[in-house]
Amino acid sequence: MTEIVLDGVRKAFATRAGRGQPPGETTALDDVDLQLRSGELAVVVGPSGSGKSTLLDLLAGLSSPTAGEIRLDGEPITGPGLNRGVVFQQYALLPWRTAQGNVEFGLEARGTPRAQRRERAREHLDLVGLAGSADRYPHELSGGMKQRVAIARSLAFDPDVLLMDEPFAALDAQTRESLQDELLRLWRRTGKTIVFITHGIDEAVYLGHRVAVLTSRPGRVKDVVDVDLGDRSAGEDVRSSAEFSEHRHRVWSLLQNEVRRAEVSSVG
Amino acid sequence: MAEVLRLDQPRPIVRSGQLLRIARASGGIVLFLLLWEAAPRLGLVDRIFLPPFSEVARTWAGLAGSGQLEQHLGASLGRSLAGLLLAAAVAIPLGLLIGWYRRIGELLTPLLELFRNTAALALLPVFVLLLGLGETAKIALIVFACTWPILLNTINGVRTTDPLLTRSARSLGFGSAQLFTKVVLPGAVPTIFTGIRLAAANSILVLVAAEMVGAKAGLGYLITTSQYNFQVPQMYAGILTISLLGLAFNQALSALERRLSRWRST
Repeated sequence: MTEIVLDGVRKAFATRAGRGQPPGETTALDDVDLQLRSGELAVVVGPSGSGKSTLLDLLAGLSSPTAGEIRLDGEPITGPGLNRGVVFQQYALLPWRTAQGNVEFGLEARGTPRAQRRERAREHLDLVGLAGSADRYPHELSGGMKQRVAIARSLAFDPDVLLMDEPFAALDAQTRESLQDELLRLWRRTGKTIVFITHGIDEAVYLGHRVAVLTSRPGRVKDVVDVDLGDRSAGEDVRSSAEFSEHRHRVWSLLQNEVRRAEVSSVG
Repeated sequence: MAEVLRLDQPRPIVRSGQLLRIARASGGIVLFLLLWEAAPRLGLVDRIFLPPFSEVARTWAGLAGSGQLEQHLGASLGRSLAGLLLAAAVAIPLGLLIGWYRRIGELLTPLLELFRNTAALALLPVFVLLLGLGETAKIALIVFACTWPILLNTINGVRTTDPLLTRSARSLGFGSAQLFTKVVLPGAVPTIFTGIRLAAANSILVLVAAEMVGAKAGLGYLITTSQYNFQVPQMYAGILTISLLGLAFNQALSALERRLSRWRST
């Protein structure tokens, strides 16, 4: 249905002349090949400076690749579109709108009639467990609640793909875990294709069916790890299972070299 | 004081803190009025040039009773509101334009800086020369003084839009026009309002000066004619009214501002 193909994607930025450095070019992503299957929850994990957020911008259509192509169901991505919903780390809620108003915001882009907007927003706030907070303003909500509103907003206009840019990084550990479970529940329920970007290994292994590991600057796909943890809704403590540790170790080993490389290159 | 305490008796514990706060807040004003009352009576200042507060208050009540005060206040309020509204009508759209289109901003900012740093009162003779002694010159001066705070705050409000909100709106596929009306404009409202409040204060400030030249009514006129005719208590009554007018303006706009930016956490 909604297959995403990254084909030799490269993204370079012009850099301004600095102290003793002529203006030049930084390559954030280089030769990224990746295929994301329809309906899967794919996680992209990488050290800082691996171009994770650049990758998300490209997928969202907020910027375009310097070389290569990204295709969604065979169609190249040329700009933002309502077939993709983005969830940002810092929530990006409009502070002057209530939770309800923020969820309706996404539907306004689609041109949904008012009555229907209200109804759909209510439904989706209910879906993320915030039916009782519809009339609250963002400053009256906790970080976890804000991110739930942001997720509801992205789901409300029914995109095929959900793009998530380190959405739980700013939350405390407990809230993060409960939102991770929430996300898995939503994913199973809606069957959306989800691209989840993170720098957390545990999070990557816990959420991802497949985990793509990026190299540090420039970002390339180092490896794609298949994670099979069985049925995660059973309510057991998946994180302490032997399989989890095993997968975690694999991803950790892949990343370890990259982190070291990133440190050396930023010092040198 | 006794009257207030008696009224509060049903809930004395809750109210005592509040009462204390009111007492503290008005303490400075009471002290000032006492000093004003005492200084002329004790002969510290010449009571012809600074009559005791009670005398000024009596004159003020007399002016209010005879309807004279209403007439002057009405004239001043009309000018100041007309100037403020005209300035807002010009400065808000212009500010939105300059804030939104960087090119226009680059072209106009140096000129605006020059105007902003020109004291409005220095231009009073120019306005009188060009527009005569009538209402037009007076209102034009107020418009001039009110324009800059509104304009600069509007530009600032537009330019300081959270880039994350812009990114988010773009990712939803909103075009420039919708981005402007749904994200930039509502986000700029509180900043614009701060500008309007500053402008209101400015309008009162230059109002008096404008009314000192060729006016037939208004608080500024009341003050200058009282001075020329040596009606000193009446002059102070006029000054007092201007202070109260400025205070009322600010309070009203603050209340409106709070209503319009309820979503802000502070």
